[in-house]
Amino acid sequence: MLVGVLALQGAFSAHQSALADCGASTRQVRVAGDLDGLDALVMPGGESTTMSRLLSTSGLFDPLAERIRDDLAVFGTCAGMILLARDVLDGRPDQRSFDAIDITVRRNGYGRQVDSFEADIDVPSLNSPFHAVFIRAPKVERIGPDITVLACHDGVPVLARQGRVFVASFHPELTPDPRLHSLFLQEV
Amino acid sequence: MSFDESSTTRATGTYPVKRGLAEMLKGGVIMDVVNSEQAKIAEDAGACAVMALERVPADIRRDGGVARMSDPDMIDAIKAAVSIPVMAKVRIGHFVEAQILEALGVDFIDESEVLTPADEAHHIDKYKFSVPFVCGATNLGEALRRISEGACMIRSKGEAGTGNIVEAVRHLRSIIGDIRKITQADSAELFEWAKHLQAPLPLVQEIAETGWLPVPMFCAGGIATPADAALAMQLGAEAVFVGSGIFKSDDPTPRAKAIVEATTHFSDPHILAKVSRSLGAPMTGIGMDEINQRYAERGW
Repeated sequence: MLVGVLALQGAFSAHQSALADCGASTRQVRVAGDLDGLDALVMPGGESTTMSRLLSTSGLFDPLAERIRDDLAVFGTCAGMILLARDVLDGRPDQRSFDAIDITVRRNGYGRQVDSFEADIDVPSLNSPFHAVFIRAPKVERIGPDITVLACHDGVPVLARQGRVFVASFHPELTPDPRLHSLFLQEV
Repeated sequence: MSFDESSTTRATGTYPVKRGLAEMLKGGVIMDVVNSEQAKIAEDAGACAVMALERVPADIRRDGGVARMSDPDMIDAIKAAVSIPVMAKVRIGHFVEAQILEALGVDFIDESEVLTPADEAHHIDKYKFSVPFVCGATNLGEALRRISEGACMIRSKGEAGTGNIVEAVRHLRSIIGDIRKITQADSAELFEWAKHLQAPLPLVQEIAETGWLPVPMFCAGGIATPADAALAMQLGAEAVFVGSGIFKSDDPTPRAKAIVEATTHFSDPHILAKVSRSLGAPMTGIGMDEINQRYAERGW
């Protein structure tokens, strides 16, 4: 199985390590040609405004949007969740997202770095809590009717899916626990 | 719709949370800015963070005098102007400046040799802070001493304010060359490495095992062109800081955008050629034999 990791900016190398630990082959994705032959794609955390800009300048936005429409399995964490969301609040006016999952997210909704935190979250499909790290995290403010919420923290969804699109407002790549990457790869 | 929010335990300011932000900045460009207009230009160009300071290093070098932490009003104005992370610098060892920046809610503190050192023997105990720190290093021993004090990110120092990449290359090659040698060392040789580097043995053993520093390593000091940024990345830096190189050039906006693209596409010469066109003149820069104060020598 070949999993692409969007490598325009952000924590892509940590995702590659986590995916490799699950037995997947990975490829860094920076230009349209890198999409060929991918079975799935991970969009990492990082700065969503930077990634949005680089998606346009690299010519990657439209071909990637088409692959996502064609049912490519995608997992977006933090900034990656912002890129996949239908609606983005507190973004830049020129910021683009793929409208791949029917949620509204607020950039830096949990605050600045001083408010970044770690906490155990209950993921019902796993048999014990998952330790989650939230960094200047986006906050989900609305979910559409077709969304399956996989985990909440303090009553707010932090892990969700719609079909083959998965999103997390935290960073499963920053902890040595591979269960969420495995969960995603099982769906692929 | 809104969610019914409850409140449970959450831990802020922990080492994983601090190191996590360093991880998020990888592959990006952190730009020095001296006011909110420059901060907006940086954000527009795709910077992953800005460094708020009173004067860029080239001006500090020109003006002389004591360089200190920035005015809180200026930092607040920059925080209000952009939505990307805001970093700011403190003098080496000046933990009260760091306390003030933490109270202001900056996202990252740079304990920087570009400012005039406040302590000639001690760096800040960075474990005491909930805000993450980055520190400069010229070699692996210096990098590991800073990590042992709690730094969550290392940047090669280079020679700030010169527009000359030669020192950054020297420091990157030194740090990465020694990492490579340590991965080839046997367990007995690691004791000698720790002594030679004047660094804690457990950190040396961790490098032997993982083949890399325990925190991200970025490049700073002397980056003036897209090619300079790509050179740092190809040598093994994981992101770049650009100080005087953007706002001391003829036309900052296209240069800032080009350096962002070059940092992402650092191994693609065709993209590098494309983004290097029509940028106007870079900052003039100075040779190492023309300067009388090497900032990189500050820090211990």
